Amino acid sequence: MSHGNMNLTLKVWKQKNKDTKGKFETYNAKGISPDMSFLEMFDVVNEQLINEGKEPIAFDHDCREGICGMCSMYINGRPHGPKEGVTTCQLHMRSFKDGDTIVVEPWRSAAFPVIKDLAVDRSSFDRIMAAGGFVSVNTGNAKDANNILIPKPDADEAFNAAACIGCGACVAACKNSSAMLFVSAKVSQLALLPQGKVEAQQRVLNMVKQMDEEGFGNCTNTGACEAECPKSISLENIARMNREYLWASATSKD
Amino acid sequence: MASSPKLNSRIPEGQLENKWTKYRSTVHLVNPANKRSLEVIVVGTGLAGASAAATLAEMGYKVKAFCFQDSARRAHSIAAQGGVNAAKNYQNDGDSVYRLFYDTIKGGDYRAREANVHRLAEVSGNIIDQCVAQGVPFAREYGGTLSNRSFGGTQVQRTFYAAGQTGQQLLLGAYSALQRQVGMGAVKMYARHEMMDIVNIDGKCRGIIARNLVTGKLERHFGHAVLLCTGGYGNVFFLSTNAMGSNVTAAWKAHKKGAFFGNPCYTQIHPTCIPVSGDHQSKLTLMSESLRNDGRIWVPKKKDDPRKANDIPEDERDYYLERRYPAFGNLVPRDVASRAAKERCDAGYGVGASKMAVYLDFAANTERYGKIEANKLGLQNPSKDEIIRLGKEVVKEKYGNLFDMYKQITGEDPYEVPMRIYPAVHYTMGGLWVDYNLMTTVPGLYALGEANFSDHGANRLGASALMQGLADGYFVIPYTIGDYLSEEIRTKAIPTDHEAFVKAEAEVQERISKLISNKGTKSVDYFHKRLGKIMWDKCGMARNKEGLTSAITEIQKLREEFWKDVRVPGDANEFNPELEKAHRVADFLELGELMCKDALHRNESCGGHFREEYQTPDGEALRDDNNFAYVAAWEYKGESNFELHKEELKFENIKLAQRNYA
Repeated sequence: MSHGNMNLTLKVWKQKNKDTKGKFETYNAKGISPDMSFLEMFDVVNEQLINEGKEPIAFDHDCREGICGMCSMYINGRPHGPKEGVTTCQLHMRSFKDGDTIVVEPWRSAAFPVIKDLAVDRSSFDRIMAAGGFVSVNTGNAKDANNILIPKPDADEAFNAAACIGCGACVAACKNSSAMLFVSAKVSQLALLPQGKVEAQQRVLNMVKQMDEEGFGNCTNTGACEAECPKSISLENIARMNREYLWASATSKD
Repeated sequence: MASSPKLNSRIPEGQLENKWTKYRSTVHLVNPANKRSLEVIVVGTGLAGASAAATLAEMGYKVKAFCFQDSARRAHSIAAQGGVNAAKNYQNDGDSVYRLFYDTIKGGDYRAREANVHRLAEVSGNIIDQCVAQGVPFAREYGGTLSNRSFGGTQVQRTFYAAGQTGQQLLLGAYSALQRQVGMGAVKMYARHEMMDIVNIDGKCRGIIARNLVTGKLERHFGHAVLLCTGGYGNVFFLSTNAMGSNVTAAWKAHKKGAFFGNPCYTQIHPTCIPVSGDHQSKLTLMSESLRNDGRIWVPKKKDDPRKANDIPEDERDYYLERRYPAFGNLVPRDVASRAAKERCDAGYGVGASKMAVYLDFAANTERYGKIEANKLGLQNPSKDEIIRLGKEVVKEKYGNLFDMYKQITGEDPYEVPMRIYPAVHYTMGGLWVDYNLMTTVPGLYALGEANFSDHGANRLGASALMQGLADGYFVIPYTIGDYLSEEIRTKAIPTDHEAFVKAEAEVQERISKLISNKGTKSVDYFHKRLGKIMWDKCGMARNKEGLTSAITEIQKLREEFWKDVRVPGDANEFNPELEKAHRVADFLELGELMCKDALHRNESCGGHFREEYQTPDGEALRDDNNFAYVAAWEYKGESNFELHKEELKFENIKLAQRNYA
C-alpha cells in the first residue's frame, strides 16, 4: 500500500491497561515513504498487524495538523520526537534514516496513567483548568469588544501563552513531571489581559493547588519543558506565574 | 410549491429584522427553580457544544456533556484557522447586519433560510464581545483596538482572527467557560465517551446510549432534551481536512430514529489545501482562506510547463481567478475557486509532480509589504533584498504558523517558492434538518453548529462556521430551548431501566458483538478508503447522473461486503480504536448512499453541488429556482429507503439572482 523504501525497526511500549505491567515489543516497518507523517507510518504498521491477525498498537491522535494536542508519543527519549516545534503528527519520516531503530513510549508521569499502549489519561489537566483557568463571565454580560483596549504587545504576549495545546509534552520532558509550563501558560495569558486581572490572585492559587493535588512534581528550572514544547511556550511564563503566586500568597485574604 | 406538512419551520411572523428580537422576548421561559430539575445532554464539545453546555449550565440547567476525545478542548473546531465573521463595522467600510445577511444568503447560492441567516448576522457582534470578555487574545492594532481581515465572498473586512489559530483560541475560550461550570458541578463531563444511539420515549427524545471508550462499558443517560453538536461528516470521503475521529454517527443514529436529514449532498470542497502526496495519506491539511488575502493564485499559460515556478516570467502566468472574476479576484467564494482550480488542472495546466495542483504565490504581496515597512522606517532607496526581507517579516507575523505547517508537510519553503494547493473536502453544509428553534423532527432533540443544515445553504462562506457554532451555542439555544422545556417542567427524570433504554442498549450491544465476532479478512480502513474513492470520484466536486447512479449501487455492494468481511481486532470491553472506527465507517457506508441519492435528485447546480448537466456557458453553477428552491429533508424508512420531504424556501427580502462575482 505504500510506496517508500525505508525499512525501520520499532520498539514500542505495549501495555494492556493501567493495572497491568507493560513491556517493549519489536515491530518492523517496511516500505515507509519519507513523505509520511510519523502517525501514518504507525497506520501502515497497524494495517499490517491487522492483516496478520495481530493486535494493532493503540495511540491517541485526532486532528493530525498539530493543533488538537491529542497525539503524545515519546520518541527516542524525546516527547514528539527529534524535531523542534512540532507535534508527533507533524513529524515526518524524512527526519529518520533507512535502517533506523526507533523507540516509542507513552508520556511517563504518575499524573498521566497509561490507558493502553501509548495512550495516557490527561484528565488531570482538565481538572486544573476547572479549578481556575477561566474568566468568570457568564454569556450575555459582555460589553462592546472595542471598549477594552489592549496594547498590541500585551495582546501578542497573551496570545503566545494561549497557543499551548495542552498535550503534556512539558510534563513528559521533565524529570520531576512538573506541569508548571502548562499551568503558567494559562495563568500568564489571563494575567496579561485586563479581563483576567480581576480574579488573577484567586486563579493562580486555585490552579497551583489543584496541580499539586494531581501529583505533578516541582519545577527545578531545567528548562526541558520549553525545549520540548511543540508550540515553544516560553519559560518566562513560569517566572510570571511564580511572581503572581508569591504576590497572591502574600496578600490573599483567605 | 408548498412545504411538506411534516416540516414546520416555526419561523416567527413579522418583519425580517424584528423576528428574532420579538421571538426572543416572547418565547416561553423556565423559572430558576424548575431549571434545576431539568436535565440537558450535550453531545460534542466543539464551539457549538461547549458554548451551549456552558451557557445552559450558567442559566441553571443540569447539564451532561460528552465527547469522544480525551478532553473537551480537542474537538475539531480547534483546527479552524482563519477567523470568525461579525458585522461590527469596526473598519468603517460599510458593513452592517443586512450586508452580512445578504453576503451569506448569496454566498450560499440562495439555498438557506432567510430568518435563520438574519438571526445569525444579528448575534454575530455579541460573539466577539463574549469572546473578548473571556480573554480570547484576538489580533489587535497598535491603538489597542481589534484587527480585521478579508475573507472570500465579501468586499468588507469583517473577519476577526488570532493569527492562523482562531478556532483554537475561540474553542479554548468556550472550553474555559465549560470547565468553569464543570468545576462548579453544574456540568458533568464525560470525555472519552461516544454516543451510540438516542433513546426516544413516547415520541420524544429522552436520552442517549454512550460507550465509555476506555472500559468499553455501555451507559444509559437520561435527559429532558438532547443537543447534538457533533460536527460534520466530511470524513465520508476518507480524505478530508477533518480530524481522524470526526464522524456522522450521532447524527446518523438520530436520523434512523426519526430526525430528517437536510441537504446531505451539500459538501464544501475547500480550494486551498496541501495536495495529496501518496496513497499512505491519512488526511489533508488546509491552508487558510485568509492566505488568499495576500496570495495570488496562478498556473502557467503553457500546458505541461516543465519549468520551476520562479523561472516562469510574469507574462507567462495565468492568474485565472483575477482574469475570470475581476471584481472579487482571488477572494471569490470557495465553491467558485475550487471549480476554477479543477478546470485548469483538468485542462492540463496543473503543476507539481501529480499535475493536480495550482500555485498560491506570496511574492507580490511580500514585496508590497516590504515597501510599506521600508517607508515606515524611512529607508532611502532600500535594496530589493532588503524590501523582501522586511516583507517576509510581515508575512511571517500574519501567517507564520501556516507557512511552518506547509514546510513541515511538503518539505518546501513557501517564503521562497509558491505553495502548491488543490481543493479538498472541508465542511458539510448539509446536516440534520432543524426548525427555527434548532429542534430536529424528533421533539426534544436538537442539532447545533455544523451538525445542522440551517445557515449556509449550498455553500458556506469562510469564517462563518465559527460564527454559526458560537451563535447557536451562546445566543440561540439558550433562548429557544425554553420553548420546549417550559412544557417539560412536570416531567420527572425517567429511570434508565425503562424498556426504551434497555432496548436501545441491546441493539447497540448486538452491533458491537457482530463487529467483533465477524473476524473477516479486511481492515476497517480498507473499506473506508474504497468508500472515499467512490464518493470523491462520483459525488465530489463535479457530479453527473450516470456517476451518481452507479455510485449508489457500488456503495450498497461495498456495505454488504463490509458486514461480511470486516475484521475488528481486540475486545469489546477495552480501549479499542479499531472498534470505534468500525462503528463510524458502518454509518458512513449508509450516509454515502443518501448523499448520492440527494445529489441525483437535485437536477440543478447550486453552490458546492455542481451537476455537470446544469451549467452556464461559462461553466458556472446553473440553479433552477422554479423547481429546486427548497430544502430536501430526507426521512429514513429502512435500509436504502429514504422519503423526500420539501421545505419551500421563501425569499421575501432578497431577490433571487444568478451569483455574479465577475
